[in-house]
Amino acid sequence: MKSFTYERAQSPADAAAAAARTEGAKFIAGGTNLLDLMKLEIETPTHLIDVNALALDKIEATPDGGLRIGALVRNTDLAADARVRRDYAVLSRALLAGASGQLRNKATTAGNLLQRTRCPYFYDTNQPCNKRLPGSGCAAIGGFSRQHAIVGTSKACIATHPSDMAVAMRVLDATVDTVQPDGKTRSIALDDFYRLPGETPHIETTLTKGELITAVTLPKPVGGTQIYRKVRDRASYAFALVSVAAIVQRDGSGRVAMGGVAHRPWHVAAADSEIPRGARAVTARLLADAATTHENAFKVKLAERTLAAVLAKAKG
Amino acid sequence: MQSSKDFDLSRRTVLVGATASAAIAAAPAGAHAKQAGEPALSKFSLKVNGTAHQLELDLRTSLLDALREHLHLTGTKKGCDHGQCGACTVLVNGRRINSCLTLAVMHDGDEIKTIEGLGTPDRLHPMQAAFVKHDGYQCGYCTPGQICSAVAVLDEIKAGIPSHVTADLNAQPQLNATELRERMSGNICRCGAYSNIVDAITDVAGSQA
Ligand SMILES: Cc1cc2nc3c(=O)[nH]c(=O)nc-3n(C[C@H](O)[C@H](O)[C@H](O)COP(=O)(O)OP(=O)(O)OC[C@H]3O[C@@H](n4cnc5c(N)ncnc54)[C@H](O)[C@@H]3O)c2cc1C
Ligand code: SF4
Repeated sequence: MKSFTYERAQSPADAAAAAARTEGAKFIAGGTNLLDLMKLEIETPTHLIDVNALALDKIEATPDGGLRIGALVRNTDLAADARVRRDYAVLSRALLAGASGQLRNKATTAGNLLQRTRCPYFYDTNQPCNKRLPGSGCAAIGGFSRQHAIVGTSKACIATHPSDMAVAMRVLDATVDTVQPDGKTRSIALDDFYRLPGETPHIETTLTKGELITAVTLPKPVGGTQIYRKVRDRASYAFALVSVAAIVQRDGSGRVAMGGVAHRPWHVAAADSEIPRGARAVTARLLADAATTHENAFKVKLAERTLAAVLAKAKG
Repeated sequence: MQSSKDFDLSRRTVLVGATASAAIAAAPAGAHAKQAGEPALSKFSLKVNGTAHQLELDLRTSLLDALREHLHLTGTKKGCDHGQCGACTVLVNGRRINSCLTLAVMHDGDEIKTIEGLGTPDRLHPMQAAFVKHDGYQCGYCTPGQICSAVAVLDEIKAGIPSHVTADLNAQPQLNATELRERMSGNICRCGAYSNIVDAITDVAGSQA
């Protein structure tokens, strides 16, 4: 690990200002992704801004009936919150499907959103990877690509976003609240938060330099049957090959987002309106522009079948 | 790497060779090729198993390395050092975490409990006794992490924290083998003592009920 200097942020605005001012600075929250990557020298911050003392660890009701989840709320506490379990079950389920009990006790809401890909070539510093070293190439294209994305890919990168929580946040239409280095705050719809890889896979979100996530806000509950189904290589403690987050209403309408298929949680509005016509129709829209490799082509069928299982379960 | 005076050689005479090479593997890669200037140090305190310790360490020191290499509490084990195996599980302010994926300096003032603080050879914690009784290990390397995790799992179930296999999110989670297996999935045992581990935890849970 490269050496770094360290400070404890005193307020969200100070943290953002310090991050913008200090070259090579990074925030550290739970540390479960950042330190993993720092040990491998994939991330090499020269200054860490510890945000754990900021009072961003509460889950509060919003005036319009939603929930505001502080950036530092731990994954365990979010999954176990009575309001989340009752009104946003898909979020509880997605969190509980991720990582392990130990990791969820540390992992934070903001850190989870910003965790980086699990592409094995991103992790292997001997391999070319445009995300890790812009311009070096992409070892996954033509390499082992079983886990990789099938939609929204580019010639520069075919990585997936590994978060389960983010897929549920997407289907719930969450927004990300931030504070910028000049103290101004803004809210970013999750749909506008993650970028596709394009030519610059190393730029993953629309956050600007120094911008600190303060909370994630959920709109008021939409009810319905909420399901998160994750398909992985073992029954527990593994990343998704494909995951489905779904909210299905009694009248058969609903929404669906998928994980494990793209560089961000995957949602296509036109696909939602196909839900009454079944999984094949939805998947045809959702994965219309799929560009698969010989190793991950199975994900198209897997996605359709996982969705079929979810829709059948929602019908009861 | 850590300076050799930090190792309690007397306790490890037979293992000196192995210990030294393990320490090299464990040391952060950057520490060998120190650039100009010393690595940044930081002063902080940890309360470990009831005793307060003042420390001044390289900022890069993980909580795991602080416990093992500096406080000589070698019960907590280093397996993968990347949060994947659970051998480094300790309790921080009562919650289980992977001590390898957190910086010691980030725990200034925290209360840490390690396997050494749960029980002693003559006064075993009930979970330690149950692992012995049910033969919940073979080589024993993952055992301290398994036991710390198991103690926390029973508290988590009591606190009503659901898991991936909890059927009804809004009901009190059940205490059964399926729940225990899922909740213990962050602790890998390469000898495969899993079924005996589940028996040991079930035994303790039963006597607590
Ligand atoms: C073995 C293992 C298995 C895992 N399995 C899964 C899984 O199955 N599913 C899953 O979804 N995840 C999984 N994870 C990933 C885990 O969920 C993430 O590591 C965790 O959510 C990251 O949160 P953190 O608070 O620890 O982030 P950190 O490591 O502290 O930070 C991550 C990033 O977020 C930035 N950041 C943190 N807070 C803020 C903020 N407030 N504002 C702006 N930037 C911020 C940091 O600078 C850093 O770049 C796994 C991890 C491990 C190690
Ligand atoms: S898929 Fe993306 S992350 Fe993986 S090697 Fe290619 S550029 Fe890197």
